[in-house]
Amino acid sequence: MPSRDMDNESQYSGYSYKSSHSRGSRKHKRDKHRSKSRDGSSRGDKSVTIQAPGEPLLDAESTRGDDRDDNWGETTTVVTGTSVDSVSNEDLTRVSKDLDESTPLECKRFLGPVLGCCLSLFALVTPLAFLVLPQVLWRDALDPCGTPCEGLYVSLAFKLLVLLISSWALFFRPPRATLPRFFVFRCLLMVLVFLFVASYWLFYGVRVLEPRERDYRGIVEYAASLVDALLFIQYLALVLLEVRHLQPAFCLKVVRTTDGASRFYNIGHLSIQRAAVWVLDRYYSDFTVYNPALVNLPKSILSKKMTGFKVYSLDENTTNNSTGQSRAMIAAAARRRDNSHNEFYYEEADYDRRVRKRKSRLVVAVEEAFTHIKRLHEDEVASSPKHPREVMDPREAAQAIFAPMARAMQKYLRTTKQQPFHSMDSILTHLQFCITHNMTPKAFLERYLTPGPTVQYQRENGRGRQWTLVSEEPVTTALRQGLVFSLRRPDFSLVVTVTPLPFLRLGEEYIDPKSHKFVMRLQSETSV
Amino acid sequence: MFSRSDDVSFIPGQPVTAVVQRIEIQKLRQGDHLILGFSIGGGIDQDPGQNPFSEDKSDKGIYVTRVSQGGPGEVAGLMMGDKIMQVNGWDMTMVTHDQARKRLTKKNEEVVRLLVTRKSLEEAVRHSMM
Repeated sequence: MPSRDMDNESQYSGYSYKSSHSRGSRKHKRDKHRSKSRDGSSRGDKSVTIQAPGEPLLDAESTRGDDRDDNWGETTTVVTGTSVDSVSNEDLTRVSKDLDESTPLECKRFLGPVLGCCLSLFALVTPLAFLVLPQVLWRDALDPCGTPCEGLYVSLAFKLLVLLISSWALFFRPPRATLPRFFVFRCLLMVLVFLFVASYWLFYGVRVLEPRERDYRGIVEYAASLVDALLFIQYLALVLLEVRHLQPAFCLKVVRTTDGASRFYNIGHLSIQRAAVWVLDRYYSDFTVYNPALVNLPKSILSKKMTGFKVYSLDENTTNNSTGQSRAMIAAAARRRDNSHNEFYYEEADYDRRVRKRKSRLVVAVEEAFTHIKRLHEDEVASSPKHPREVMDPREAAQAIFAPMARAMQKYLRTTKQQPFHSMDSILTHLQFCITHNMTPKAFLERYLTPGPTVQYQRENGRGRQWTLVSEEPVTTALRQGLVFSLRRPDFSLVVTVTPLPFLRLGEEYIDPKSHKFVMRLQSETSV
Repeated sequence: MFSRSDDVSFIPGQPVTAVVQRIEIQKLRQGDHLILGFSIGGGIDQDPGQNPFSEDKSDKGIYVTRVSQGGPGEVAGLMMGDKIMQVNGWDMTMVTHDQARKRLTKKNEEVVRLLVTRKSLEEAVRHSMM
């Protein structure tokens, strides 16, 4: 069975109508071509319908269309399905998705980190350059510098080491997301570092290189002060980028538009774009996978609602009865609609029963299948001449026991409309995995009985997922009360609402442990 | 003698009005004790929620819970469920259970004159008015 993936696109698309200044156009990617093609295909219908004209009431009329050709075109709507030569909308979306997948990795994704890397290397090398250059250029003229300098060398070396390690630990990570606009704090810090180092170089050039300064100890102290300053900037970076947003300040409600799945998250002070990345991180592991087949009411219920009445007047003058007719139609339609909830209820009950029946068959089949194999331990005799047993590796074992359960599995997946997510191959792989790790049938079935989080169904893909951030405010503004933004994909979107967490007034009440006393409830009766 | 009534429930600060009946009970000597032939329940130190006879479950008055057959109480016309308002002029609406017992079982009194109230009295008065 071909599996159809929901999310297999590449990078974030740009969204900003205002221009952002200067450095790093990495933030300013905008891929018009891709977004247009996706929009076009997303607006089209995914399902193909053939809508018969009229309703059962008028079937007799409509099939005699040959007799009234002039009216026939107005009242009928026929949408043809796929023919041999035409391409349906489904194919279009699939083709566009495949196109996105096959395009090469965008270099802009790595521009920012590379820039940061260069800058930090430059900053780290600078103190060493400060120390080395005088030695190289005018070694003979330098004043000798004894113990204090050696102490400074040691401290310098250790500080540089600390800087190096902490930079590596904190900042040298593969980027997890590309944001539509500048990441303000990061840009600020990079500018700060650059200005700092540049000004140090300026002073160095003017005060040390030009006049060929002889006080070497002063130069070493100068380099040490630069390293101190860099350490403090790194502390600032740590606070701004990593620590500030840890304390929760807002509560985000995330709702998926197609099926109403919702979650609440606590988040700290972030800008909208960073909050969006944060939410999406959690979306992939918290939200159950989006299944488009489960979204709508079954057609059998809806189609009855969609048909309306057509009122025919038998007498000649139709002008007077027009309002009466429309009112009658509305009233009749309102009364007709009353029955559909009943049908919906019975359909749901029936569906539940069907699912449970299939599930019980599946569980029994899997349990029986698992009893057919057992693990062979090293010390057991592999085979005897009378009862030769074939020793299999996990893949073969999985294939051997898959056959009896395949049918039950397929029927179950079909009933719960999960079959696009699981191909036969993936089921076999999962079975092999479970056998290898000594899992019980229940553990094997856990994957299929409940719809899992989206991340479980993702293909390994270096391109990433494409989301569009839709917001009325510029996306670098900080979160505040009442803000609403949404994250859009071709199939659905997530609407995020921000509410502040309430201010807590915590009071205190001291209870003496000896103050817990009780009395019996009395109801005595005395005879007098 | 019946007095005009409103209701028997207790509103703090307001005087309680009730239709009452005077009952005079002659104590019966049984060995060393003088008995009246009924049991009381209630009191301000008791739990009013468990009183089966009171209408208002926060009423902490003294109620007659049992009347022994042929005893002095029954003879005098006391009925089960009566609320005792006064005993020999002493108020019984705001007393503890033990105080009530003591007021009823004074050794030097042979006769106790009670003012009791019950729901049927009020209805009887209303009927007679109409």
